[in-house]
Amino acid sequence: MKLELRGITKRFGDLIANDNINLVVEPGQIVSLLGENGAGKSTLMNVLYGLYQSDSGQILIDDKPVDFKGPGDAMNAGIGMVHQHFMLIPVFTVAENVALGNEPTKLGGLMDVAAARERVREISDRFGFNVDPDALIQDLPVGVQQRVEIIKALSRDARVLVLDEPTAVLTPQETDELMAIMRQLAANGTSIIFITHKLREVQAVADRIVVIRLGKVVGEAKPTSSASELASMMVGREVHLSVDRAPLKKGDVVLSVDQISVRDDRGQLAVNDLSLELHAGEVLAIAGVQGNGQTELAEAIVGLRKLEKGSGKIVYKGKSVESLSVRERLEDFLSYVPEDRKKDGLVSEFNIEENLMLNQSYEDDRGAKFVRRGLLDQAALKSEAEQAIERFDIRTQGSKSLAGKLSGGNQQKVVLAREMSRPHDVLLVAQPTRGVDVGSIEFIHDQIMKERDEQSTAVLLISTELDEVLALADRIAVMYRGKIVGIVPADTSRETLGKMMAGVTA
Amino acid sequence: MSKKSDLKKASLPVNPDGDKATNVIREIMSASFTRVILSIVLGFAIGAIFMILFNEDVVATYETFFSNPGDTFMASLKVLADGYGGLLKGAIFNPEGRDLVAMFRPITETFRLAAPLIMAGLGIALTFRVGLFNIGATGQIVMGLAGATWISTRVDLPYGIHMVVAVIVAIICAALWGAVVGLLKARTGAHEVIVTIMLNYVALNFFTWLLRTPELLLEANGGGTPKSDPPADTAMLPTLFGDMYKIHIGIFFAVAAAFIYWLLMDRSAIGYRFKMVGHNMSAARAAGIKVESTFIWAMAVSAAFAGLAAANQGLSETGGITTSINANIGFDAITVALLGGNSAKGIFAAGLLFGAFKAGSPAMQVAGVSPEILGVVQALIVLFIAAPPLIKAFFRLPEPEVK
Repeated sequence: MKLELRGITKRFGDLIANDNINLVVEPGQIVSLLGENGAGKSTLMNVLYGLYQSDSGQILIDDKPVDFKGPGDAMNAGIGMVHQHFMLIPVFTVAENVALGNEPTKLGGLMDVAAARERVREISDRFGFNVDPDALIQDLPVGVQQRVEIIKALSRDARVLVLDEPTAVLTPQETDELMAIMRQLAANGTSIIFITHKLREVQAVADRIVVIRLGKVVGEAKPTSSASELASMMVGREVHLSVDRAPLKKGDVVLSVDQISVRDDRGQLAVNDLSLELHAGEVLAIAGVQGNGQTELAEAIVGLRKLEKGSGKIVYKGKSVESLSVRERLEDFLSYVPEDRKKDGLVSEFNIEENLMLNQSYEDDRGAKFVRRGLLDQAALKSEAEQAIERFDIRTQGSKSLAGKLSGGNQQKVVLAREMSRPHDVLLVAQPTRGVDVGSIEFIHDQIMKERDEQSTAVLLISTELDEVLALADRIAVMYRGKIVGIVPADTSRETLGKMMAGVTA
Repeated sequence: MSKKSDLKKASLPVNPDGDKATNVIREIMSASFTRVILSIVLGFAIGAIFMILFNEDVVATYETFFSNPGDTFMASLKVLADGYGGLLKGAIFNPEGRDLVAMFRPITETFRLAAPLIMAGLGIALTFRVGLFNIGATGQIVMGLAGATWISTRVDLPYGIHMVVAVIVAIICAALWGAVVGLLKARTGAHEVIVTIMLNYVALNFFTWLLRTPELLLEANGGGTPKSDPPADTAMLPTLFGDMYKIHIGIFFAVAAAFIYWLLMDRSAIGYRFKMVGHNMSAARAAGIKVESTFIWAMAVSAAFAGLAAANQGLSETGGITTSINANIGFDAITVALLGGNSAKGIFAAGLLFGAFKAGSPAMQVAGVSPEILGVVQALIVLFIAAPPLIKAFFRLPEPEVK
């Protein structure tokens, strides 16, 4: 099936999310849609899937115009979508999930379970998915759940499959497996639209690469293009992907985490008897697939989450800190860049000035300079904000702009500006470049390296992006199911790290 | 703003967190000035329709509507002139007054009645900004009244000092009662809406019991009705123009309260932390703020404003104090806070408007128009502010930028 998007334009109020976008997908082709967050990829796919109606333009299937009023129409026309967040019911079996909304029935309207099961088995065998139709979704690893989503689409005769950031939740091995599946589907004539911002994957799997920037198609790139060529196209200017670093000057142990256990919100043990030591002047990276206890570990170090009773301790320069409050820890030694900046790092309704004093609003804070006799010092705030905007290259109309109106990268720079300007010995940064544009990634990585090189800060980096870990780390601790699988040097191969991320001890 | 961030916004859900009630309050609080004014206009317009539809004189002309529609029209105009004219006469200036003093009485009444609404409204608005939905001003006012009445009827103190002590005790009693709400929320997670509603009943009945008990607040030679002695002269809020008008220094307290509210919420570090918790509790926690104690303090400060309103009521009443003296201020104050949005200025203006309603309502009744219409108008105004699509559709306002 040939799919064509012709002149698609979609506006939200004054802003144009898609501006006259043309895209042709030939049968059996893997087309990668490459673009930064907010470039308009998701909007375009939502138009294709019938979730949004375009303001102008046409969708053509085999050269015939079609009109999708909703996802149902799109599915009937042979378009399948695998969302970034799976739409599966955890307590149902694979067969039941695949059949949902499209149940094969027997006489009398009863569901034909055998037929549903058979359909899953047939597709699974055809493509070598190796999925058990009777397994419960909640028992399956994420990579297999994703295959169930793909089977769901294929069982409805999808001839064009849209994969929205499919690798965000996968280990490197699972990613390789997914790419093999994609190639096989393509060989069988299914077209694939692969949405991602990870350049390596694009280079590995795409037949064609279409780059979108600010709602427009800025051009096509060959799969043989280098990563920096692709990045430059995405951003619209020269981008350096490597990070400059001074030789390691490893100091004393500053922070040590000794056999701690922490429970998550559901009461499950998310961090299990974990230990690590962090030295001054080094970047220790915690790698691992999302959801292996990294969040809980960070929150335990900050003091937002209590340690399991009777479990170990957290020691800063020989002093146990478990009894200290969040404020005391921030005061004494810690700067913290949370993984979810909108939830934990910023107040969207506050302007940049106000966000820069989020954890410095007490007069007796160390280095506090914004409060005098209980009142806010407007002038000090403004000058601090202006310096931060200058030093951290925050793109904004001014220091009174609301944080919620900034782009992801600029929001992150506000958080970094605040945390790096405060006195601290330990910098805990979690997912520093998630949802951040490529141009800002470069800048943020440089700032983190500066902390290491110029301030001798002990940096604990938590990241699920292997590229980021490899670019910044001096040592890599791989976390799996609440434990450190192993701590390895920074020159460890991707393959080894990938295996460790799946729990295999190195 | 860069174009890129625009695009980003479009693809994000509007509100990632926050519970529904808080979001509704946020929506109302963020109403633009134009929207508030249009809501007020529309509220009065629909109030006018009610007046016309249900007025006997107008109804009488319906029979002859087709033969003589002019009658209906004229009768309608007369009702409107009587009704809203009465409101103006009762609330601002009465040209038919016997003398100058009488002519200017309405405006002084408006200010007098607005004062407690402004004070309590400021308190409610404060909790809104901390992300709490406090409907307990009634209970807090009642507890403040209990304190004020005790001091003003049962304690002897010199002139001036007596009044000051009574005001301070009213504020403290109310603040403690408010702190209980914050404490329950912080310690047990109980929702403040439920807690404040229930504590209103507790406070009202507790006050009634105090007023019934001879050893406590019951008036000397009192009978079965729960009523206290009138406050001692030494404890009364001084009037501004002697016996000429009822207006007393309460309005200055209201101005001072508005200033303190502004200083606290817009200029101080404490207010900054209050707002931080209100906007994003999670970020506040990560910034080392103790969210639970912030709730307790915010409720206490909020209730302190209600306590000031209680003092205003309890120390200006020449008769004895009964439970009815809280005069629904606790609930009207919610409306005032919503209408006034976040700002001290807005709340002051909204308080004056509602004070005018209270002052004008008897004059409307005299003019033969049911004063309940004003209740309808008040409710409609807030309804229109709360339901922005309604007012937008009505006035065909342009679609706002996609958020």
